[in-house]
Amino acid sequence: MTHASTSTSAPIATDGFVLHDEDRAAIAHERDHYPHPQAASIEALKIVQKRHGWVPDAAIEAIARELGVSPASVEGVATFYSLIFRQPVGRHVILLCDSSSCFLTDYEALRDAFFEHLGIGFGQTTPDGRFTLLPVCCLGACDRGPALMIGDDTHGPVAPEEIPTLLEAYA
Amino acid sequence: MSRILQDRDERRPETHPLTFRLNDDGTPVMLDDYREQQGYASVERAFRDLSSKTLIEELKTANLRGRGGGGFSAGLKWSLTMQGEGIPRGYIVCNADEMEPGTFKDRLLLEQQPHLLIEGMILAGFANNAYQGYIFMRGEYVDAARTVQRALDEARAAGWLGRDVAGSGWDFDIALHTGAGRYICGEETALINSLEGKRANPRAKPPFPGQSGAWGKPTVVNNVETLCNVPSVVLHGADWYQGLSQGKSGDGGTKLYGVSGKVKRPGLWELPMGTTGNELLERAGGMRDGHTLKTWLPGGGSTGFLLPEHLELALDFDTIGKAGSRLGTGLIAVVADDQSVVSLARNLEEFFSRESCGWCTPCRDGLPWSVKLLQALEAGEGERGDIDLLESLAVDLGPGRTFCAHAPGAAMPLASAIHYFRDEFERGVTRGQGAAHADPIPVGSV
Repeated sequence: MTHASTSTSAPIATDGFVLHDEDRAAIAHERDHYPHPQAASIEALKIVQKRHGWVPDAAIEAIARELGVSPASVEGVATFYSLIFRQPVGRHVILLCDSSSCFLTDYEALRDAFFEHLGIGFGQTTPDGRFTLLPVCCLGACDRGPALMIGDDTHGPVAPEEIPTLLEAYA
Repeated sequence: MSRILQDRDERRPETHPLTFRLNDDGTPVMLDDYREQQGYASVERAFRDLSSKTLIEELKTANLRGRGGGGFSAGLKWSLTMQGEGIPRGYIVCNADEMEPGTFKDRLLLEQQPHLLIEGMILAGFANNAYQGYIFMRGEYVDAARTVQRALDEARAAGWLGRDVAGSGWDFDIALHTGAGRYICGEETALINSLEGKRANPRAKPPFPGQSGAWGKPTVVNNVETLCNVPSVVLHGADWYQGLSQGKSGDGGTKLYGVSGKVKRPGLWELPMGTTGNELLERAGGMRDGHTLKTWLPGGGSTGFLLPEHLELALDFDTIGKAGSRLGTGLIAVVADDQSVVSLARNLEEFFSRESCGWCTPCRDGLPWSVKLLQALEAGEGERGDIDLLESLAVDLGPGRTFCAHAPGAAMPLASAIHYFRDEFERGVTRGQGAAHADPIPVGSV
């Protein structure tokens, strides 16, 4: 599986996707931390995702070429990890902690309020492309449950009625 | 940002080795401040007075047990790392993938005292003859990653990392690796696969990581808090460290304990190992008004439920183990009287079901099955036989039946919830035995 040939597998669209020079440099920097370039796969996916918001098919091929590993290997990684997005997401991704301590501090009421306020469910993006809502593993903010992240920011405890004000900061 | 709920006056160097340097305002302790407060003194002592062998012996005697939840002796683990002539130098990997439900202690250490971790990792590298360390940190800990990276740069610039560490002639460096989600990455062999840039499926053991881990080389994986305990053991000795638990436990040292759930003051405290649940709950101000305690999880989602009467027990690995649960990470989550144990069990099993890596069948198929049964019971649509089925599932997902400890971790809260609160589950049974129980899949037997 380490040398899957792209010519015999399903074609992966590469048209037009070029890694940004800065991203190539960042990937090279990460690669130097490890004895094998494959180890930089996750970082490379995160670097691409940071620029584009998500990881399109064509980027998988480009990353694979950059690291000298098979596209199948990069795709396997990209589909395993929950924070690598393989379809477009909103400008801000909301990660709502659904684990036990937040559950015990009324996570379900907060979740329902988000569903209602945004008019979407988990895994969906608001029609204006502003927010994507996802559940996430215990955020390690249990002393502030129910907790959530918006982009890089962690918030908690958040009461359902605080949602509109909280979201104002994220245009 | 996590906060330690003890004032600086209470946190003394002689009693609070993990937290005495922390600032009351939660700002990180960076290199200059850290150096002024015994920082990196243990590395100087190790280079001056200790060998790999004597350091490991000291750690064994101190009886520092793994703070990631396993409770395995850190010294014993290190003594099993392959090293010597003809064996390549390997890796120290810090497990900073904190995702155990209810656990928020490593975040504090990473965000506010990164140099203590680096110091512990240098000692681990020295003792295990490693040449490279990795801090495997969950992707969501964005602030922690920034602070740790800054600390790594500081440490390298000051000569504590890189070539010829502190003039010792020994080379050791550390890199930060950040993840992209998935609870299973916290399992040490899954973590190694993830570090290598692969899907985080666990590996078969043996070989153990200490024999053949990352890239086939000897690898030691330790939790953040475990590594943060090592400097004080090395600096002050095993006897001193043993004394920290003040006779409350046979285990050495202090523990970062915490409380979450509907208490007045949820938070973190560094206390002697073996502190009781009662004392912890008291520190947390007790239950919020209008709530009384029904049950509690002693240390994460993969530990078994205990009753209020168990609060008098010492929170250490052996005592909580004898009570039928596990200490786990030592951060307790309280469940109030008006909260449903069936619903909480459903929430926990949903978590484990979603986070299963799918590698082995009992875990991949058994966990969603348990969720389905629990959802029915929660909705009052359970069938006669559902509870027995859940109990046998808990057996079939238990230790020795799956590839790694993920499913056994899921089985423990499930089995204990039914054991202590069977009546709550029975209230969800409203129907006769249906087709589900005619399923030919044998359950509960090998």
